Amino acid sequence: MTGERNDIQFDAEGNLRHLLTTEGLSAETISEILDTAESFISIGERYIRKVPLLHGRTVVNLFFEPSTRTRTTFEIAAKRLSADVINLNPSRLSTSKGESILDTVRTLEAMHTDMFVVRDGSSGTAHLIARHVPSHVHIINAGDGRHAHPTQAMLDMFTIRQSKGEFRNLRVAIVGDILHSRVARSQIHALNILGTKEVRVIGPQTLLPTEIDRLGVTPVTDLDEGLADIDVIMMLRLQLERMEGQLIPSSQEYFRLYGLTAARVERAAPGAVVMHPGPMNRGLEIASAVADGDRSLILPQVTNGIAVRMSIMAKLMGGETGGTAASG
Amino acid sequence: MNTPVPEPDLLIRAMAESLTAVLPADPIIIGIHTGGAWVARELHTQLGLKTPLGSININFYRDDFSRIGLHPQVRASEIPANIEGQNLILVDDVLQTGRTVRAALNEIFSYGRPDSVRLAVMVERDGRELPIQPDIVGTRMILEPYQHIKLSGPQQLKLVVAER
Repeated sequence: MTGERNDIQFDAEGNLRHLLTTEGLSAETISEILDTAESFISIGERYIRKVPLLHGRTVVNLFFEPSTRTRTTFEIAAKRLSADVINLNPSRLSTSKGESILDTVRTLEAMHTDMFVVRDGSSGTAHLIARHVPSHVHIINAGDGRHAHPTQAMLDMFTIRQSKGEFRNLRVAIVGDILHSRVARSQIHALNILGTKEVRVIGPQTLLPTEIDRLGVTPVTDLDEGLADIDVIMMLRLQLERMEGQLIPSSQEYFRLYGLTAARVERAAPGAVVMHPGPMNRGLEIASAVADGDRSLILPQVTNGIAVRMSIMAKLMGGETGGTAASG
Repeated sequence: MNTPVPEPDLLIRAMAESLTAVLPADPIIIGIHTGGAWVARELHTQLGLKTPLGSININFYRDDFSRIGLHPQVRASEIPANIEGQNLILVDDVLQTGRTVRAALNEIFSYGRPDSVRLAVMVERDGRELPIQPDIVGTRMILEPYQHIKLSGPQQLKLVVAER
């Protein structure tokens, strides 16, 4: 816990107040969030899919970068906790970006917002906001530039645990466009914190950041070789829109070298599972037969995303004033 | 001061007897996690019921969430598939403030609309903060405000009075 004390994500008592990155979280904090998410799963199966935990609270989804899937699951998560949800997609026209973002946030804060879920194309936006809001306002980073996407990583950890159990015995490969991926960075930190036996990153040299091995992963450039003994294959979306210049050969060539096919899945450990954060480029990084096949956990990832985001929201907003449990 | 504490077995037998007299047809017994679920299990056996036994965890319905947050290992409620139009017996080990029962009722109604809900408690003690009263009572006790009564289990059920 001492490492967590200086982190902007935690308050003076060591309680998680914002979720900005998986870096610096303890294994206990992550496990606690995953455990709570497990009990939220059943709420999606009820007659009334709502619990009153955040009744009367206001959550603003502040998405400077467009997103359908992530924004929708955040919205459903907040609504299942009975919060009021407002979706905003402000444009970033102002030249002094930092200032305009903080002005937007201050205005919304004056309307008694309790939580901001922030997505932005630039790294560090959620941190910037977290540094400037009063202590009763909570920030969740829903993706900032290439930096972090902690809720995606948490739902991935949840899905892995659900399917494979202990991280200590697992070899995990993250495959594809590591360079542009905030998902990969958040996954790597979370996997290492949870004590995963081995984390490999696989992709063409042009899409592997230099010194990526410093994050405690093994870089591999050959997919066929890299998949040996792997229990969990985590695919990434090729972020063509972020690529400047020629980072990959033609689409056909990329698929031939790095596309996940059924034959390649067979090279991994028996019972290996396949994940993808979506949206997928079918036929580019993943074959449809794999995406829709019986090893695929891609749809469970989406379902789990709701329960995990509920758990994170409840963790951040619960127990704000201290005190002990009453009986009765 | 040593408060004499009754035996749970005797209390459950007394509860089963009083329940038999007022039991609706095919009642569904739902125990409040954790102590109430143990009592509910015993009652279910003693009454020889064929209807499913339910348990309910009120953590997502607590009124002190904003003060204390969630317990991380919340066990999910197990409510029989359809409680719509059913007669429920809600069971808890100790009734004190009434807040737990209030939370449990709210949760039950998110599964459907039962025809009736009756409340059976092993110990009814003083300290009510809400207008909630039991229909079936194992025993009534008056304790000092600093005393706390609790059922331990699940193997050998035992009532324990602690001072805090």
